[in-house]
Amino acid sequence: MLTVLLLFVLICGSTGGEIAISHGAKKTGEPKRMRPRELVMFIGRVMSNGWFLLGIPLMAASFFALLILFSWHPLSFVIPISALSYVVGALGAKYLLKEEVNAARWAGVILVCAGVALVAAG
Amino acid sequence: MATEKRLRIKTLIVVLAMVVCAVTGDLLLKRGMSELGAVHFTGPGLGQALVHMVTSATIWLGILFLLGFMAAQMTVMSWADYSYVMPAGAFGYALQTFLAVVVLHEVVSTKRWIGVFLICIGVVLVGQTKPRTTECPGRVAEKAVASC
Repeated sequence: MLTVLLLFVLICGSTGGEIAISHGAKKTGEPKRMRPRELVMFIGRVMSNGWFLLGIPLMAASFFALLILFSWHPLSFVIPISALSYVVGALGAKYLLKEEVNAARWAGVILVCAGVALVAAG
Repeated sequence: MATEKRLRIKTLIVVLAMVVCAVTGDLLLKRGMSELGAVHFTGPGLGQALVHMVTSATIWLGILFLLGFMAAQMTVMSWADYSYVMPAGAFGYALQTFLAVVVLHEVVSTKRWIGVFLICIGVVLVGQTKPRTTECPGRVAEKAVASC
């Protein structure tokens, strides 16, 4: 039961956090040039964004769930199940971030999800 | 057209940096946590795990690589779709398998090769779509308009 709960925290925490950070990064705007100084300034701007501050605790919870799951179970159990985050993430991108997830992208996401599960299980 | 090509190349480079950092970081974390053994879900057990996490050089190095992954991910997500970047990042699993065969001379099961094949097809399919499908908000919106 605790494993199921931790897997839920792992999947929802990581996708929720990434969606929040993605939204924050887009609101900040892309760096003008790919120079170290510009990148550091860009990361500073993203980190002061409210969406980033919402995403970090979600990702931290997911990270600790992952560490605990790694200590309890082999990678070949944890990673295939966590591959579901690709589908959850695509749903979040479509409905929360309003991205255009067309048939090709859905097919790609599902193939990647199945592929990750097979790689880890193999 | 040239702008879209530039956007694709830029996205590819940053996604590649993201993949390398994620693969290295995950391997180091797994190694660091294996040194500790199974974490017991009790007060003292969690305390012991926390002490180990804070004092393990392997875990810190893993965290450093994961911070690099996060910086690359934030950067690429400032212009590219989340639903584009996320599956493209899964190429790391394929990379890990290729490295295991080429560098470590490991024997890889058929199931795993099928998984790598599916990931590669999935990444190619996602790669065919536009890296960005939403409007361009943000402070440099006027500059980014051309890349939408």
